[in-house]
Amino acid sequence: MARSPKDVLAGVLFVVFGLGFGFGATAYEIGDPVRMGPGFFPLVVGVLLATLGVIIAATRSAEADLEAISAPPWRAAILILGALLVFGLTVRGLGLVPSTFVTALLASLASRETRLPMAVLLAAGLTVVSIAIFVVALSLRLPLVGPWIPI
Amino acid sequence: MELLENLALGLTTALSPENLFWCFVGVFLGTLVGVLPGIGPTATIAMLLPITFTFEPVTALIMLAGIYYGAQYGGSTTAILINLPGETSSAVTAIDGHEMARAGRAGTALAAAALGSFFAGTVGTLVLVLFAPALASIALGFGSAEFFSLVVLGLIASTALARGSTVKALAMILLGLLFGTVGQDLYTATPRFTFGNRELYSGINFVSVAVGMFGIAEILRNLEVERGRDVLVRTVSNLLPSRADLRQIAGPVLRGTVLGSALGVLPGAGHVLASFASYSVEKRVSKEPKRFGHGAIEGVAGPEAANNAAAQTSFIPLLTLGLPAHPVMALMVGAFIIQGITPGPNVIVDEPELFWGLVVSMWIGNLLLVLLNLPLIGVWVRLLKVPYRVLFPAIVAFACIGTYSINQNPFDVYAIAFFGLLGYVLVKLGAEPAPFLLGFVLGPLLENHMRRALIISHGDPTTFLTRPISLALLIVAAVALALALLPAIRRKRDVVFQEEPA
Repeated sequence: MARSPKDVLAGVLFVVFGLGFGFGATAYEIGDPVRMGPGFFPLVVGVLLATLGVIIAATRSAEADLEAISAPPWRAAILILGALLVFGLTVRGLGLVPSTFVTALLASLASRETRLPMAVLLAAGLTVVSIAIFVVALSLRLPLVGPWIPI
Repeated sequence: MELLENLALGLTTALSPENLFWCFVGVFLGTLVGVLPGIGPTATIAMLLPITFTFEPVTALIMLAGIYYGAQYGGSTTAILINLPGETSSAVTAIDGHEMARAGRAGTALAAAALGSFFAGTVGTLVLVLFAPALASIALGFGSAEFFSLVVLGLIASTALARGSTVKALAMILLGLLFGTVGQDLYTATPRFTFGNRELYSGINFVSVAVGMFGIAEILRNLEVERGRDVLVRTVSNLLPSRADLRQIAGPVLRGTVLGSALGVLPGAGHVLASFASYSVEKRVSKEPKRFGHGAIEGVAGPEAANNAAAQTSFIPLLTLGLPAHPVMALMVGAFIIQGITPGPNVIVDEPELFWGLVVSMWIGNLLLVLLNLPLIGVWVRLLKVPYRVLFPAIVAFACIGTYSINQNPFDVYAIAFFGLLGYVLVKLGAEPAPFLLGFVLGPLLENHMRRALIISHGDPTTFLTRPISLALLIVAAVALALALLPAIRRKRDVVFQEEPA
């Protein structure tokens, strides 16, 4: 009988979110049961979540769920989350085509098996396919090239 | 005959050229993502939600529903051919289906799966037609107290059947409820948890949450271990089952259909449970249980029928009560809301064309699947060779463009990254994302009905216990919770989920 590292971490995370939303809720009017303010529901749910978090972290697990947490794929995580952020940052300025290309390029590189030339090829192909699907087939009205690129 | 009139209305709606076309597109896309391991129907529907804005409501829902049950079909193809279930519910199909494929009977296995699924889909649709209107007419008399209790029941029940720890599933629901409160308060218009961002006033974009938690988190998990996959079968022949095969699968298909229809209505992982239950039933009633795990055709036909029947009947709680029984159904709630329709008992009365059109289209979609999939099997086999390192950048790119196009707001794209990371971390720590999504979708409904019920009762919280229907719903919820938390039953449930071939 021991505590599983997964449970402890999950519990801590739930406590943090529960307390975070709970404290945040106190900034709004709580009200009373008849006239509930905007803070009432998040406060109650936040406290409940923090309580569950404590229970999860404190419960000893009898089952064999004690294995250590495997290492996350750092490179892939950074590249993929980065790809999403880059799209959000650039889509207005660069326009759909360059943004999609850069995003697809970063995402492609997240695989250990994909080298740069292959990634460039893949990104170009995906950009063409994306434009074909979203702009040509579904006639989405998004600027293909943005104001950051002088033509 | 009111029923016949309704069915006729449904038939004319579903058979209009536009709806028929998008139904076809839906089942085709569904089969495609079902075949490809690594993209599920949840992420696909989330990405396609924005596209359906411009559609008529009924057309949008017909296509999205098609993706869902099409994916159930496609998942079994992958399970049989490469022993890698494309969908959780086809994990059982892989056991005997893949053994059949290795013995050179891939064609028979695929045909058994397709025919079993078609039969079950037809019966499941019939069950929907017969039971949904009755259930909806009961639900029409519900007040806020009843709806509050109903949502509580739906949320609790979803944890009772989800895999993994029940306490963590409960915590995930609460976390989903909290994220659901972000945005302007319904009664006072106070912006909550927006940190001054105007973008957050209307709440966190549902599509961002779904794409992040189900699409991006899944990619990160898959990239932990990169491995290739082998396609066992290059050409599939002998698609037509022999008369002896048909005799052999008749019983399993019938039993699977009954099991699936019943279990599909349950919130949570009803369709997964159905296929596992059907497999163990078939093994038990079989005269030669030893054949199971070594290519028993009953072990393919039964579970396939069960999960497809369940896929149809899981629309019952959605269409009659507005309660999603499954993450995909939660997305369907989103699709209804985008179209300005509140899913629930009113749909059948206010939008008969939508309700009956959708139901009939499901039967037509099932027919299309049989006609499509058996001849197209060669195409699917070839698709399996698309490597994952090509697939996942495509998912990332489509997710970005699709989500951005809804509001043309970069904030929604950042939200994908946030929920992708959060979803990945939580899954690593043993907490499943499905209850989170249900909590997120149902949260505003829960809060709204709770506040309204308490205003009506002048702040008396016993209103939830003194109204008989509300009380009954809460008792069922309490029992479901107790059952899920009881260790003895939990162990039994784990056995059902972990049953492996001997």
